[in-house]
Amino acid sequence: MSDILKLTAVEARKALDSKAISATELTNAYIGAMDETRGLNAYVAETQSKALEMAAASDKRLAEGKAGPLEGIPVGVKDLFCTKGVETTACSNILKGFTPTYESFVTNQLWDAGGVMLGKINCDEFAMGSANETSAFGPAINPWSSEDGPDLAAGGSSGGSAASVSSGSSLIATGTDTGGSIRQPAALCGIVGMKPTYGRCSRWGIVAFASSLDQAGPFTRDVADSALMLEAMAGHDKMDSTSADVAMPDLQAAMQAGVKGLKIGIPSEYVMDGMDPAILKLWEQGQSWLKDAGAELVEISLPHTKYALPCYYIIAPAEASSNLARYDGVRYGSRVDEGGSLDEMYAATRSAGFGDEVKRRIMIGTYALSAGYYDAYYLKAQQVRQLIKTDFDNAFTQVDAILTPATPSAAFELGVKQDDPVTMYLNDVFTVPANLAGIPGISVPAGLSEAGLPLGLQVLAGSFREDRIYQVAKTLEEAAAFQLNPVRAAGGLR
Amino acid sequence: MSVDKSTVKKIAKLARIAVSDEETDTIASELNHILNWIEELNEVDTDGVAPLASVTGHNLPLRQDAVTDGDKVDQILANAPEQASGFFVVPKVVE
Amino acid sequence: MSTQDMTDNTNLVQGETGLWEVVIGMEVHAQVLSEAKLFSGSSTRFGAEPNQNVSLVDAAMPGMLPVINAECVRQAVKTGLGLKAEINLTSVFDRKNYFYADLPQGYQISQFKQPIVGEGSITISLKDGSTHEIGIERLHLEQDAGKSMHDQHPSKSYIDLNRSGVALMEIVSRPDLRSAEQAGAYIKKLRSILRYLGTCDGNMEEGSLRADVNVSVRRPGEELGTRTETKNLNSVRFITQAINYEVQRQIEIIEEGGTIDQETRLFDTSTGTTRTMRGKEDAHDYRYFPDPDLLPLVLSEEVVSEIEAALPELPDEIRARMTGEYGLSDYDAAVLTEEKETAAFYEAASAGRDRKLTANWMSVELFGALNKASLDLDSSPISPDQLGALVDLISDGTISGRIAKDVFADMFETGKAAADIIEEKGLKQVSDSGAIETLIDSVMQANEDKVAEYRGGKDKLFGFFVGQVMKQSGGQANPAMVNQILRQKLDG
Repeated sequence: MSDILKLTAVEARKALDSKAISATELTNAYIGAMDETRGLNAYVAETQSKALEMAAASDKRLAEGKAGPLEGIPVGVKDLFCTKGVETTACSNILKGFTPTYESFVTNQLWDAGGVMLGKINCDEFAMGSANETSAFGPAINPWSSEDGPDLAAGGSSGGSAASVSSGSSLIATGTDTGGSIRQPAALCGIVGMKPTYGRCSRWGIVAFASSLDQAGPFTRDVADSALMLEAMAGHDKMDSTSADVAMPDLQAAMQAGVKGLKIGIPSEYVMDGMDPAILKLWEQGQSWLKDAGAELVEISLPHTKYALPCYYIIAPAEASSNLARYDGVRYGSRVDEGGSLDEMYAATRSAGFGDEVKRRIMIGTYALSAGYYDAYYLKAQQVRQLIKTDFDNAFTQVDAILTPATPSAAFELGVKQDDPVTMYLNDVFTVPANLAGIPGISVPAGLSEAGLPLGLQVLAGSFREDRIYQVAKTLEEAAAFQLNPVRAAGGLR
Repeated sequence: MSVDKSTVKKIAKLARIAVSDEETDTIASELNHILNWIEELNEVDTDGVAPLASVTGHNLPLRQDAVTDGDKVDQILANAPEQASGFFVVPKVVE
Repeated sequence: MSTQDMTDNTNLVQGETGLWEVVIGMEVHAQVLSEAKLFSGSSTRFGAEPNQNVSLVDAAMPGMLPVINAECVRQAVKTGLGLKAEINLTSVFDRKNYFYADLPQGYQISQFKQPIVGEGSITISLKDGSTHEIGIERLHLEQDAGKSMHDQHPSKSYIDLNRSGVALMEIVSRPDLRSAEQAGAYIKKLRSILRYLGTCDGNMEEGSLRADVNVSVRRPGEELGTRTETKNLNSVRFITQAINYEVQRQIEIIEEGGTIDQETRLFDTSTGTTRTMRGKEDAHDYRYFPDPDLLPLVLSEEVVSEIEAALPELPDEIRARMTGEYGLSDYDAAVLTEEKETAAFYEAASAGRDRKLTANWMSVELFGALNKASLDLDSSPISPDQLGALVDLISDGTISGRIAKDVFADMFETGKAAADIIEEKGLKQVSDSGAIETLIDSVMQANEDKVAEYRGGKDKLFGFFVGQVMKQSGGQANPAMVNQILRQKLDG
């Protein structure tokens, strides 16, 4: 089959069921694409032989009629997920050489559903970044970068996942989203990225960044694949005290339901200085599409929106400063021992092992929690977080879903925002509020910038109302008819 | 609030991150830049607002008291940078 | 009653320049009795191979998460109720952040602002008969750390995480203690309560119960002085030694014009002295914040009531019953309730018979014999039923108290029942008045001169006749009857 890379996961499943293709054939096509797109630096560890073994097992199950919902589907795994027997580094030097003896809950769910693991995928170090530039393996590159132009950011932190799905080196990929790390790179790479409700996907076995915000989710090429992958990833896990025991709504039905009669909130606060005019235009376009499909647009206010980012930049680093204390060179990972004391070993190990952005956030977090500053920073941030959540609670008494832009700009050139951390942080301005409130959000590719780069729209819904998300996302996708054709994608996808 | 060099050294020590004298100034100015931006939060009136630590709606789940884990010394030590006789090994700790 | 601001004149310490008052508060770490750890499913068993009782969670592997053990929560509530303390229906787990080789997460999960148990109290009794109520400030649940071994290698420390994550209850007293004796009585009483409740085995040698003592001195009636904290004391003797050493050290420093540094000190068991902990020159900044991997722990009133309804009788209640209902002395009641096992033994041995006589036999004879043989009560060769049967045989006059001592010695040695020994050895008391009269007659005949002297007014000789009769009977004659009949015959 010549267009094998063009199949969506849903289509590939049908082709596998009808024996039009085999899982091994599909996996080989992706191994070829991985090879072809290696320049994008999407993968940090390729596990081709494991992939082929898993594909062979999938073929056997397909033949026996025991196929799972993701049977034979090639999956890329963000390097934040612990994978049994496969090095897991969170793209940090401090975890170089760490090979987990266990498999994360979410990836385990994917393999149980029949998924085939292609390898581990690049991301920002400990998921801290918005351009995949803090990775110890170097940045992943946006496949939409022109052939001869500068390399563009794939976004972050899950930049490798977005670059990979968008360039055809994986069919679907996992991501984690703490402040927009799924939705922002998905938007920048022209694919669908979904952050589920906090508690929907177990955090067990995922290297923690900020525990109260981290949530795993799918990267896919379209909305239907997103629903398919999310259904496989999600589930209650007794090993994660924050995992929710709440049934997933029927997402397949939701995608059929349309938006007729739905009330869609348009928050007046989601306009900021220096925003790409193309994004404002796309947002208005999105509103028209939904209105045309029968939805009612409601202007709403989320008054504390502008405080979400500073609030996030207290809470996330504070939690991270504590979560990353375990990387001390004692039980796993790298150690730098210059023959000094234990404390000197800690400091040498951590200074050599962590990159600048991670150290910066550990320092901010340590400071925010330290004696005399806790109330002014951490407690204050938690109070503001309450107000942000209340804004959404109030909004969802009036509307069924909220439509916003996904990012303030299209993909930017790598390296340009590195000088000022705050400028980089502003990338997450539209995505961070959902993490603080714990609500689900999706980024759907909906148009192009003047430079021909993808732009996304974000749909938010109330907690555990992923059905609303997929209702709206499907409608937007149909109306936008976005074409995924990045210049630097694998040949088979173009 | 502004972070000076000695504060940078203090937090670096708490976080067990070695910071050279040259780096201290850069870090102090970076942290101040970020913290100044964060101080926008002071515009928000939070009097009487309960801090939000978790968005999860449920209570803490409890586990039964049963031994279901352990007995996996090989796995525990599998990635240890240094080990001996079943122990992790670190530079000598002086109390 | 809190004695914090009151001066207790009986405990003042004489220094070179005058009297000093000692102020002590204790933080006791009690290992919760449970099968598995506080936040993981690995075993709490003592004495396992290095790192055997360790799960991925205990070793803080990347991505591992805590899930709380229901039994540890129940045990904490039970202990709180036993300390007559307030139970907080909502409590929060916080992270206490610091680096140490045996602290794998880089933080300890503990409870800082909202502990599971609030204020309570413990009543202690001292040798002089005084009682003191010592305030409990709080009880919270937290994780134990692992163990560092420094003597295995010249330049390395070895880390064993078997204890990492074991549930501890930290029980914090108010600074209400005024002497090392009170501190000793406090830890003993606390240990006793925990053991009655079954929430901690109280085994200080294995480290199941350890105390940090905060000691300061002040001039009577003045503001509290600067305190030092001596950590990890695992016996009553060490607690006493550490306090006495600290008191003397602090008084000397202040009297010589110095000041006390607020610091953590280590106790040297070989010398009985304390010293500054090295390498801890920086003040700790633990950066407590609510653990985002956990949610607030919410208990229902019903669960607390259920636990309360199932609480066992505690030593203070049993003592009150023993001195009231049973008529025992304060001393006997105290001895019999110090250990849960002792009280249970006594209750079983004395049920349905002479409570006071049983108490006597237990606290004098049985404890004496056990002590001499270096045995614990649970390895006593005499069972509660056997001791009770012996008491019955004394009460109903089958044997005399004198004979009973021999029978007891035999029982202790052979484990046989009292009745069997009496039967075998023919020790049954003679209560047949005819037989006793015959004995008396023969004694009077053999000592006619003494009879005459007695009748002539030498009353003291009565004891001589009693002794002779008892001797003739081989000790088996009923002493009361001997007395009565002898008096009749001599006086008649």
